[in-house]
Amino acid sequence: MSAAAYFAALNPANLFRAMPGNAAQGIVWGLMALGVYLTFRVLDIADLTVDGSFTTGGACAVMMILAGRPAWAALLVSLAAGLAAGLVTGLLHTRLGIPAILAGILTQFSLWSVNLRIMKAAANQAVSVDKFGMFYKATRGRGFLLSSRFVPQAIGVGLALAGAMIAVLYWYFGTEQGSAIRATGNNPAMSRAQGINIDSMKVLGLAVSNGLVALSGGLMAQFQGYADINMGRGSIVIGLAAVIIGEVLCDAVFRRGANFAVRLGFIVLGGVIYYLVVGVVLWLKLPTNDLKLFTAVVVALFLAVPYLQKKSKSSFRQAGRAAAKKEAASRA
Amino acid sequence: MLDLNHVSKTFNPGTVNEKKALSDLDLHLREGDFVTVIGGNGAGKSTMLNAVAGVWPVDGGSIVIDGHDVTGLPEYRRAAFIGRVFQDPMMGTAPSMQIEENLALAYRRGRRRGLSWGVTRAERELYRQKLHTLGLGLEDRMTVKVGLLSGGQRQALTLLMAALQKPKLLLLDEHTAALDPATAAKVLELSDRIVADSGLTALMITHNMKDAITHGNRLIMMNEGRIILDIRGEEKKKLTKADLLQKFAEVSGVQEESDQVLLS
Repeated sequence: MSAAAYFAALNPANLFRAMPGNAAQGIVWGLMALGVYLTFRVLDIADLTVDGSFTTGGACAVMMILAGRPAWAALLVSLAAGLAAGLVTGLLHTRLGIPAILAGILTQFSLWSVNLRIMKAAANQAVSVDKFGMFYKATRGRGFLLSSRFVPQAIGVGLALAGAMIAVLYWYFGTEQGSAIRATGNNPAMSRAQGINIDSMKVLGLAVSNGLVALSGGLMAQFQGYADINMGRGSIVIGLAAVIIGEVLCDAVFRRGANFAVRLGFIVLGGVIYYLVVGVVLWLKLPTNDLKLFTAVVVALFLAVPYLQKKSKSSFRQAGRAAAKKEAASRA
Repeated sequence: MLDLNHVSKTFNPGTVNEKKALSDLDLHLREGDFVTVIGGNGAGKSTMLNAVAGVWPVDGGSIVIDGHDVTGLPEYRRAAFIGRVFQDPMMGTAPSMQIEENLALAYRRGRRRGLSWGVTRAERELYRQKLHTLGLGLEDRMTVKVGLLSGGQRQALTLLMAALQKPKLLLLDEHTAALDPATAAKVLELSDRIVADSGLTALMITHNMKDAITHGNRLIMMNEGRIILDIRGEEKKKLTKADLLQKFAEVSGVQEESDQVLLS
């Protein structure tokens, strides 16, 4: 295919048509990224449980809805399952002394079996929005909260949930307990000296984070109309991508530092931007199999930026060169 | 106020790196005692403070603070009784949190941390007054992140935090060693003032013999995990650096002799 034919085949209208759907999906992933932010930035733990707990949330939500329970109740079960998953990782780490990253991997690994059990040994379970309806229709409050079939409503519901979630997190991390969690991630030695049980705070933080991730998994299952055993694979990377995109933007807009709630808002925005970019990649008909490679490269680059910036200001190589130059000049 | 009864601690027991850090240590502090601790490297000064703070469990003996046996309590639970300032100015504060948030964390030391606000308006006024007494202008920068402060400022803040919720015991572990001489003098003067104002019971490790003599009402010298010299009151006031050096040689010499007696 010639270049001309390639560009002629790209229809901008298709891109614009796909955008709202991508944005809605991005909001749900943005909520998931809030969970990643709590562990990665607040607690200073890279928690890999999320790849499993996202799927757990999706599986719980779908099975609950299939069992005839209201979608909001399904989400509460997703939340509870995520809290439990985080609790397991936290206890493996603090009570059994397993390094946090390994504890997360162990829980994630075991959740694969748990998720299959939840989904009655099926690799995926579909749930039809046609059968159960949307909650705002005449479903007596039982229908889906959001669906890819009703994109504008999905964006509205997603934004409302994001707003509520940010408000709750802003409140919680402003409380005595939330402050203790932040201190634990910031300076564990000082936290102990101030009477904070840092083990408990880590367990609590991991539980809340995974609860949030599983809740987003439940939302995603409703949005796409099914839960799949692989739906959480790589979600830690997507979450990190959203966190990083959000932080870079936030720091660019608010150079003097932003309020915690604003920062969280930017994380959700990071998720939206990530999915809009994915939409463009798909629209360009780039090979979608390479999407994960592309995402990983982008995340690695952005994670490296602070380190490289520091190095560009001062490094051994620079110092060596400067010294050699001065030496040469003095000899000449 | 503090009783160490026959406390012992050995690091890496049963290995070539075995180190008897505290051996049958006895120390009894009265309320209001301000004790300076001196001794060579490896004498057990920091080990003693860490044993009191509960950084790790001791091998034997008991630690009693104001009548409470804390021997079996982990570090975070002993914190209810103890205020601490570390040698490293970076260690005593949370750098990404604001000055007032750090103070609020310290204000809740020994209390249950629930779901009420982390910093209240009434507290802010208290913190403003307390910060004002430092004379560093920090009262006007209460929402600044602590990571932006200098080492001396952070150490002064840590001191304030240690005394904010009046502790039964204040532990100062060479808290001026990492500061320049002028700042160190200021922080030391501030320590004196805080101890005197609140009538605190304190243990202060220092490598500076002059500081050890001029501060506090009691001085102990440690060697090989024991207290080899304990001078207080009037006797301490008359003490000179030369006396101390002589006593160090004398006491450690005596100990060598007694060791020989034991071995023979």
